[in-house]
Amino acid sequence: MEAIKQFFSGLSWEQEFVIFTTLKVCIVLFGAVLPIVAYAVLVERKVSAWIQDRVGPNRATPFFVKYLPVVGPILVRLGIFHPLADGLKSFLKEDFTPAHVRKVYFWIAPAIAVVPAMLALAVIPFGSKLGDQKMVIADLNVGILFTFGIISLGVYGLVLAGYASNSKFSFLGGIRSSAQMISYEIAMGMSVIPIFMLVGDLNLSKVIAYQADGAWLVFKQPIAFVIFLVAAFAETNRLPFDLPEAETELVGGYHTEYSSMKFALFFIGEYTAMIAASAMMVVLFFGGWTLPFAGLNESATTFAMGLAHIGIFVSKMLFLMVVFIWVRWMLPRFRYDQLMDLGWRRFVPLALVNIVLTAVVLWALHPK
Amino acid sequence: MIVKRANLTLWERLFLPTLLGGLQVTGKHFIRTVFGGKAVTMQYPEQKWVVPEGYRGAPYLVRDQAGDTKCVSCQLCEFVCPPKAIKIIPPGDSSLKADRANAEKTPKEFEINMLRCIFCGFCQEVCPEEAIFLQRDYSLTGETRDEMIYNKEKLLALGGTHAGVQKWKQKLEEAKGQETFPVKD
Repeated sequence: MEAIKQFFSGLSWEQEFVIFTTLKVCIVLFGAVLPIVAYAVLVERKVSAWIQDRVGPNRATPFFVKYLPVVGPILVRLGIFHPLADGLKSFLKEDFTPAHVRKVYFWIAPAIAVVPAMLALAVIPFGSKLGDQKMVIADLNVGILFTFGIISLGVYGLVLAGYASNSKFSFLGGIRSSAQMISYEIAMGMSVIPIFMLVGDLNLSKVIAYQADGAWLVFKQPIAFVIFLVAAFAETNRLPFDLPEAETELVGGYHTEYSSMKFALFFIGEYTAMIAASAMMVVLFFGGWTLPFAGLNESATTFAMGLAHIGIFVSKMLFLMVVFIWVRWMLPRFRYDQLMDLGWRRFVPLALVNIVLTAVVLWALHPK
Repeated sequence: MIVKRANLTLWERLFLPTLLGGLQVTGKHFIRTVFGGKAVTMQYPEQKWVVPEGYRGAPYLVRDQAGDTKCVSCQLCEFVCPPKAIKIIPPGDSSLKADRANAEKTPKEFEINMLRCIFCGFCQEVCPEEAIFLQRDYSLTGETRDEMIYNKEKLLALGGTHAGVQKWKQKLEEAKGQETFPVKD
């Protein structure tokens, strides 16, 4: 213990930063994001089954289950081991590259679909403090701008996949995804402007601090929240806006020609984007890691408190993810023109009105 | 006929009623399935459908109540079978005796290729001895093609006993009854 302490005190500021950032990236990515993705798929399957009067996945039984007397069968019934089987299956399946694809783009498209979604998580403060470390990978001053810049890149994965696959279904999926992106990105970006007008800072940690002092922003900016929520559905290609995928119309949409782990990467990308969008909403509208009681509004001083803050953040995020999943099995898909209409002719003007309204109110409250 | 669609009201155009309706419907089904255990699906290999009476499943040979093979190797079913799934080898010159005293023949071998069978029920319909019936089995599996050709022994074992009228026994009793000619008192 002493040796470890000495090792850390001997480090320069840069060395410490690199070590801890690497640690945080590894833990967040492999300890939280990927397991959440795997189990979000399970929750998706289970919730869809329950809503449709089915049982859902309840078969995967690894060898060690027979040593677990009571818990084992319950876990099997809940399908807890299915994500493991799914992951293994993705790796073992034949990675088939059709002859008619544009190989280079075909290979990099899945990576481009995943990486931006994961990068967007970097600026999200998922907890207050653990020891001396701030629980955010990159505490950027321009946090939200970074997120919007990166999230928009995610669509290139889909467009590229649609182009590279050289098949009509993928192509249509790619076109739809780009059109959907430009319709919603603007509304999404404008919906959050009032928030930063209120907070007066683009740093996401400051947004949380602002909400800890007063009410959560979902109560102050309900219109912004609704626009952001709907735009987030469109951004992550979830029903009712899953036009790029649209299984019933386009076979698999942009990932029709993909198989094995490349297909799984698109899946991971989609769910990671869901995580990023939920986390973003928690930060912007639901007070991040704070709770307005039991002194949980202040930055953590003890280790347990730091863990509690992370727990609060994750539970809020998981709640929003369940909302995402639930909505998928609740609403039918929008028609293409309805989607564009909703984006351009409803949400963009509404977001503009919201900005002006917020400005007027702020001006009335603080006339200088 | 052209149906004029009424324009949506502002309330309807906000999508809120549909949202609430969707939430209500999905919530109801969710609660009913999770807490009421009312899933409509069946856990197939463990639980199986009981098919209704008159279901046309796999055709099997049956025995009569005395345990005798009913088939007399007339080959009508072989002739009528549309996909030619049935193959009967009659006893021929062999000294194979029928189980029943009043039957002339019994098949030496009786094979149904379940991969060819279309479960039409013609064999059951055409059989003068009521010896073959389409029964309730609907899930026939095997690992090889040969395994799916059911022979006489297997068909009889799967078919079981038929509880219907024993045609020849009845004829015998009728004949016996004629020995003592009924005289009017």
